Amino acid sequence: MLRFLARRLALAVPTLILASMIIFALQQLLPGDVATALTGEERDPQVIAFIRQKYHLDAPLPVRYAYWAGGVLRGDLGESIRLQKPVSELIVEKLPVTLELACLAMLVALAIGVPMGVLSAVKRGQAADTIANGVALWGLSVPNFWLGILLILLFSVQLGWLPASGYVSPFESLSDNLAAMVMPAFVLGNAIAAVMMRHTRAAMLGVLGSDYVRTARAKGVSPMRVTLRHALPNAAIPIITLGALEFGQLLSGAVLTEQVFSVPGFGKLMVDAVFNRDFATVQGVVICTAATYIALNLAADLLSAAVNPKLRRA
Amino acid sequence: MKKPLLDVRDLAVAFDTDGGAVHAVNGVSYTLHEGETLGIVGESGSGKSVHVLAMLGLIPRPPGRITGGQVLFEGRDLLALKERDLRKIRGGAIGFVFQDPMSSLNPGMTVAAQIVEPLRIHLGLDARAARARAKDLLDLVRIPNAGARLDQYPHEFSGGQRQRVMIAIGLSCRPKLLIADEATTALDVTVQAEIVALVQELKRELGMAIIWITHDLGVVAGISDTVQVMYAGRILERGPVDDIFSDPRNAYTLGLLRSLPDLSGGRAGRRRLHQIEGAPPDMRHPPPGDPFAPRNAFATPRCRAEMPPLVQAPGAAPGHLVAAWYDLPKLLAAEAAR
Repeated sequence: MLRFLARRLALAVPTLILASMIIFALQQLLPGDVATALTGEERDPQVIAFIRQKYHLDAPLPVRYAYWAGGVLRGDLGESIRLQKPVSELIVEKLPVTLELACLAMLVALAIGVPMGVLSAVKRGQAADTIANGVALWGLSVPNFWLGILLILLFSVQLGWLPASGYVSPFESLSDNLAAMVMPAFVLGNAIAAVMMRHTRAAMLGVLGSDYVRTARAKGVSPMRVTLRHALPNAAIPIITLGALEFGQLLSGAVLTEQVFSVPGFGKLMVDAVFNRDFATVQGVVICTAATYIALNLAADLLSAAVNPKLRRA
Repeated sequence: MKKPLLDVRDLAVAFDTDGGAVHAVNGVSYTLHEGETLGIVGESGSGKSVHVLAMLGLIPRPPGRITGGQVLFEGRDLLALKERDLRKIRGGAIGFVFQDPMSSLNPGMTVAAQIVEPLRIHLGLDARAARARAKDLLDLVRIPNAGARLDQYPHEFSGGQRQRVMIAIGLSCRPKLLIADEATTALDVTVQAEIVALVQELKRELGMAIIWITHDLGVVAGISDTVQVMYAGRILERGPVDDIFSDPRNAYTLGLLRSLPDLSGGRAGRRRLHQIEGAPPDMRHPPPGDPFAPRNAFATPRCRAEMPPLVQAPGAAPGHLVAAWYDLPKLLAAEAAR
């Protein structure tokens, strides 16, 4: 198990380096740089030249990458030129918001998607299956921002139950925090629940048709126990893998949903940074997201190993 | 004669498919007595497994459905029981051993957890007693060092050992009937022999009746009291094992026997293996008469038109039943004379 962990962590290093190089190179494709973004309409060539020199923007690409990578290795993600703040500070500021939103959304997705998937597999071809599939199709097809706006219209404007936007730290007021988060979390979770339901259903159908499920039934095991104890754990691996991927997606920021509900998370930070050519921030967020992705995938593999004893020796 | 344990009457099972209903079992009737070992032989699709799974509610429904018949087990009609009551019989009074020990055990549960389940459900044992019993069962099926192996997973066992674990599960609640569905098919020949020997030994100890479903006549000869040959969802012949092997009355049984390799006669006795020409009928449209008639060189016009009833074969041992319009011994004698 420890060797497995060590090997996976060692593999993470080249992945991160590659990700940082790619994002570094891709940004060069964007027209303009932070100097043109900061000087705005006037574009004073002297000012631009000064800024470029100050932040080494005139150095060749590999040199700039080396500057940046050297900083990262020392734990310095650089500075947001636009906000005049260290990138690490920005990340520490926004990450908890995104993390909370992602966790809540994931909770919604799991709470809806998995039971619905199990139910529709067990009741295959019956009314419950049809309804669950319909709900999933709806969840997949509805755009997040639109659902968000409708929810705001209903619960904030019409009923006045929930705040339309804004964010309150849970350390200030947990109830206000949850009231602000419930709608964005539902919107994000709803879309993932649909995918989750489909995957759970497919995995469960495969497992329910297996010989060992027949063995369990031949032993006189009750249908409930057959489903939850014999089938679901064996169907869990694709669900865990998918969950980790979706969670990673959520952590990189839900741009539109954060915009609709004015949640100050990663998504908003990232979009602002790209528009301002604030490359240090973009890189910082990307590297942070990539690291989280890798950590989540590793966690998913460990969880799968816990569920499937055969994987433990791999 | 011992008491009847299982009485199957006119059992019929069909599966609904896009191409129409597949009539997998078409009126199967037989009686199994306490302590009797019945070998059921037939090729894939003969209904040998399906009819047994169906009577215990183990076929997927839909698409499967029981279209008729009665199955009396100790006097109670299994087909009329509610799922909840049927569950009390499955794994309790009737134990199962399935074909592929690789896939028939849950890969995510320890062997102990899987053996303990029926003990807790049917015998109401507490966790500790059930675990102790599980160890005894592993001892019973001759798995060495049973105590240490309880908490291992199926993939840590060899194929033969897994089948032994399956047998332990099947026998866990001291069933009156053990149903072994192709229990040795997935195993090496040497391991097969070990498993057959083990089952025979356990039968002597525990005295249960056995239904041994297989396509391997060799295994049937070694283990059964009675043999039943099935084809296209019907019983074509049935009788005491020695009589079936020495005096087959149905052309299909004869075909099966002739397709066994014969190593007894030395080099001189060796011949090419016999092969039954043709393929089984499409069970969406079963032929009106004897389903084997299209492949049977001895078939008469009546065979093709009308299904022969399963009746006592004239001049054969009592209980030797056959469904055939032709008189096989006479035809064979005529063939030999030519």
